[in-house]
Amino acid sequence: MATEKGMNITLKVWRQKNGQSKGALETYELKDVSPDNSFLEMMDILNDQIIMKDGSPVAFDHDCREGICGSCSMYINGEPHGPGRLVTTCQLHMREFKDGETIYVEPFRAKAFPIIKDLIVDRSAFDRIQHAGGYISVNTSGNTQDANSIPIDKKDADRAFDAATCIGCGACVAACKNASASLFMSAKISQYALLPQGQVEAKNRVLAMVKQAEDEGFGPCSNTGACEIECPKGISLENIARMNREYLSASITSK
Amino acid sequence: MKLDSKIPEGPLKDKWTNYKNNINLVNPANKRNIDVIVVGTGLAGGSASATLAELGYNVKAFCYQDSPRRAHSIAAQGGINAAKNYQGDGDSTYRLFYDTIKGGDYRSREANVYRLAEVSANIIDQCVAQGVPFARDYGGLLDNRSFGGVLVSRTFYAKGQTGQQLLLGAYSAMNRQIAKGKIEMFNRHEMLDVVVVDGKARGIIARNLVTGEIERHSAHAVVVASGGYGNVFFLSTNAMGSNVTASWKVHKRGALFANPCYTQIHPTCVPVHGTQQSKLTLMSESLRNDGRIWVPKNLEDAKAVREGKLKAVNIKEEDRDYYLERRYPSFGNLVPRDVASRAAKERCDAGFGVVNNDTNEGVFLDFASAIIRYGKEQAHLKGMHNPTDAEIQGLGKEVIASKYGNLFDMYKQITAENPYEMPMKIYPAVHYTMGGVWVDYNLMTTVPGLYAIGEANFSDHGANRLGASALMQGLADGYFVLPYTIGDYLADDIRTGKISTELPEFAEAEASVKSQIDTLINNKGIHSVDYFHKQLGLIMWNKVGMSRTAEGLKEAIEEIATLREAFWKEVRVPGAADELNQELEKAGRVADFLELGELFARDALEREESCGGHFREEHRTEDGEAKRDDENFTFVSAWEYTGKPSEAILHKEELIFENVELKTRSYK
Repeated sequence: MATEKGMNITLKVWRQKNGQSKGALETYELKDVSPDNSFLEMMDILNDQIIMKDGSPVAFDHDCREGICGSCSMYINGEPHGPGRLVTTCQLHMREFKDGETIYVEPFRAKAFPIIKDLIVDRSAFDRIQHAGGYISVNTSGNTQDANSIPIDKKDADRAFDAATCIGCGACVAACKNASASLFMSAKISQYALLPQGQVEAKNRVLAMVKQAEDEGFGPCSNTGACEIECPKGISLENIARMNREYLSASITSK
Repeated sequence: MKLDSKIPEGPLKDKWTNYKNNINLVNPANKRNIDVIVVGTGLAGGSASATLAELGYNVKAFCYQDSPRRAHSIAAQGGINAAKNYQGDGDSTYRLFYDTIKGGDYRSREANVYRLAEVSANIIDQCVAQGVPFARDYGGLLDNRSFGGVLVSRTFYAKGQTGQQLLLGAYSAMNRQIAKGKIEMFNRHEMLDVVVVDGKARGIIARNLVTGEIERHSAHAVVVASGGYGNVFFLSTNAMGSNVTASWKVHKRGALFANPCYTQIHPTCVPVHGTQQSKLTLMSESLRNDGRIWVPKNLEDAKAVREGKLKAVNIKEEDRDYYLERRYPSFGNLVPRDVASRAAKERCDAGFGVVNNDTNEGVFLDFASAIIRYGKEQAHLKGMHNPTDAEIQGLGKEVIASKYGNLFDMYKQITAENPYEMPMKIYPAVHYTMGGVWVDYNLMTTVPGLYAIGEANFSDHGANRLGASALMQGLADGYFVLPYTIGDYLADDIRTGKISTELPEFAEAEASVKSQIDTLINNKGIHSVDYFHKQLGLIMWNKVGMSRTAEGLKEAIEEIATLREAFWKEVRVPGAADELNQELEKAGRVADFLELGELFARDALEREESCGGHFREEHRTEDGEAKRDDENFTFVSAWEYTGKPSEAILHKEELIFENVELKTRSYK
C-alpha cells in the first residue's frame, strides 16, 4: 500500500461506435495516475476526463472487479488481460506499467465475439456452448441422495474443482491464433467427466458442446498453449487432452 | 395497512411440512399457460428460474450482465452452511435455527429462519448431484470449516470460491432449461419498473442495454432477485453494477421496504488506498479460522508501523494486542461480523490502526501461528523427526495455500505485499444488506403476485447475517421455497390467459421510465454521475456507517436530500438514450440510491436501540457492547412509499418469539 509518485501515461484506445461502424485507435494522455490504482480505476479516471470534456466515455465490460465474474475483457499491449499472469484486467494494477509508457487497449478479437461498442464484445456464443451440454440433468427437487453417499477421490474432486474455476472471460479465445474455444469447453467437460455425477451424460455432452463451438465459428485447437499462458485462472491444457480423449471415445462408442 | 406475515399454524418444526401439504397446486398442463418473470440471475434468481422452468412454467429471466453466470453471487468466497452434522459435533436443524436467530440479534422471524435451517441440508445434496465440486477429505467425503458466531463446523466450501461454484451450478441448471426453451433469457437487460394491473404484479418495463430500447414484458407473477443495496455507500464489496433499482421501483409501486438500516459491515476487507478507488475487496471470513487479528499494544509501535519504520513481524508477542481473543475469549477470532467490525473500529479510533491511509484504518490478520501449527502437524504425519523451522514453515505454507491460495494471491495482487511472509492488513467494509423488500412467509411482497427472494428481501437474517448464510438463503429461496409458495398463488391464474402488454398500465409505466431517461440525458449538468455517488457514499459511511448517532443521522438526512436536488440539477449524462450508454445506466441507479439513502438514515434514526449491524452510540452497555431494547423495538420496520422518502409511513410487524428466549447476545 505504498503511496508512490503518480505516473504519466499515454493510452491508445480502440473506439468503435457499434457493431456496424468502423473502429480506430484514439490517443489519450493521463497525468498523475497512482500506481496503486487498478487498471480499471485508471480507465474510470480517463472516462471522467472525457465526460468533463463533453466526449463519449469508453465503453468496457466490468463488474465484480475482483477477478471472478469474468466480465472484463480487454486486450492490453497485445495480451488478453494485459501483462502479468493469472490475473484479470480488473486485478491488474498500474504498478505493472512504467511512468511515461504508451499502453494499447483493444477489445478481444475473434469472429465468434463480435464487437458491440468500443471494448465490449458479444460473448453469448459461450453461453450457447453451455446450453448445448454444460449441465447434469438432475431436477432441483431436493430429493437427491445424500451428498456423502458417493465418496469421490480427493484428487479427482480437486481436479474437477480446478477445471470448474473457469470464469468464462474468453481470454483463451482471444489469445489463440485460431480463436479456438477448446480451453473453455474442456474446462466444463473435464469438471463433469471427473465426477461420477457427470459421467452418465459424458458422451452426449462432449459431442454436443464441440459441435456447438464449431457452429459458432470458433477455430480448431492446434496445441500452441497460448490459452493456458493467458488464462487468468490457470486452467490447464490437460483439460483439452481430457476433452480430446472423451471426444474420441464418444465418437467411436456413442449409440 | 395491516401487515400479515402469514405464518402457518402449528409447532415450529411442523409449519413448513403442514404448509406444503395444504397449498394449492397447479397441474402440469396448466403450468404451460403461466408466465413468470425473474429479475436477477444470482443464486436466488438463477435457482428460482431453473426450478420454475423444470416445474413447467414459462420463465423469462433478466440480468444486466452479459451472462447469468456473472451475477455477483459469483464472488462469495467462504462457504455455505447446512445442518448436516457430518462432523458429529452436535449440529442440528434446531441449532442452525438458533444460531441464526441469535446471530441476527433476535430481529428475524422464527418461522422463516426455521424453514431455512430445515431445507439447508437438501441444498448440499442438490448441489453435489449437479456436479458442484465441494472440498473433500482424503476419504472422499465432504469437508467442513467453521464460520463466525457458531461453535460447530457446518460450512461446506470450494476453496475460497464457493459462491462461484454454487452459481455455476445454478447457471448449469438454467442452461438445461434455456436449451429446452423453458427459460427465455434476457441478458444485458435492466428492469426499470414493475407493472401493476388491478392490484397485481403483471409485468415489467426493461431497457435493452445494447440498443437502448424500452421493452414491455408481461407475466402472471414477478420475482425480484436483484440482490442488495450496499453500493449506496459507493465503496463496498459489491460489484460495480449492483444496485437497488429493481427493489426501489417495486417499493415505489407499493411494496413495503423493511429494515433498510440493517447493513453488514464485513470485518475482513482490504483497506481503502486512495480517493480514486472504485471498490473494496473482501478477504473471506474463513480466514478467521486460521488467522489471528491484532494491533500493536503500544501507540508508538502502531505509529512506527504506519510510517513504515517497523515491521509487524518484528513486534514481540507480548507487545501485540489480540483484541478479539482478549475481549471475547469463548469465540475469539470467530465472533460474528458486526462484533468483529466494531472492535476493529474501536482500536483504530483509539489510535492503534496500522495502515497509512487518511484515517489510519487497518488491523493485522496474521497466519504465522497457523503456519507453524499446520507445519508441525504435516511433519508429524510424514514421520519427520526433528524437522527444522524452515521445513515446518514450508509445510505449513503448503497447507495454508491449499486452503486459501486464491485469497492470498488476490491480496498480493492488490497490495503488492506477500501475506505468507507478512500479516495481512484488513479493515471492515460494507458487504451485505439484511434489509430489503418486505415479504411474508410466502416470500410475497405487499403487492400480490410480486415476490422478492435472496438478498433483495429482508426476511431471514434479522439485524446481522452470519457468515456462509447468504448462499444458503439464496438457494433455499430459489430451489426449495419459492417454487412451492408461488404455485399456491398461481393456482388462481390458470384461466387468466396471456397478459396483454397493451394495457394502459404498461403504457403508463413505460412513459414514466422514458421520461426519467429523457430528463437525465437532456440535463447537461456540470458533474459526472460518480461525483454524486461518491458524495453520497461519504455521507453514508461517516454518518450512517458502523456507528450512528441521532445528531449525525439527522444531518445525513438533510445532506442526502440536498445532494439529491443537486443531482437532478447538475448531473451530466453524455451520449444518447438509444445506444449502449453505461453512464445512463449508472445515473438511473444513483438516482434510486439517493432516495434509498434518505430512508435508510431515517430508519436508523427511528430505531432507538443497538442491534446487530445497527449500532447507535446512545445505546450501548458500559463495556461498549450493543444494547437492544426488546420492550420497544422487537419489530420489523416496514416503510410505505408515499411520494418522498421523508414522508414514508412506518408500519410495524411485531416479532413473536415462541421458541427461543430473548437474551443479551454474548460471545464472551
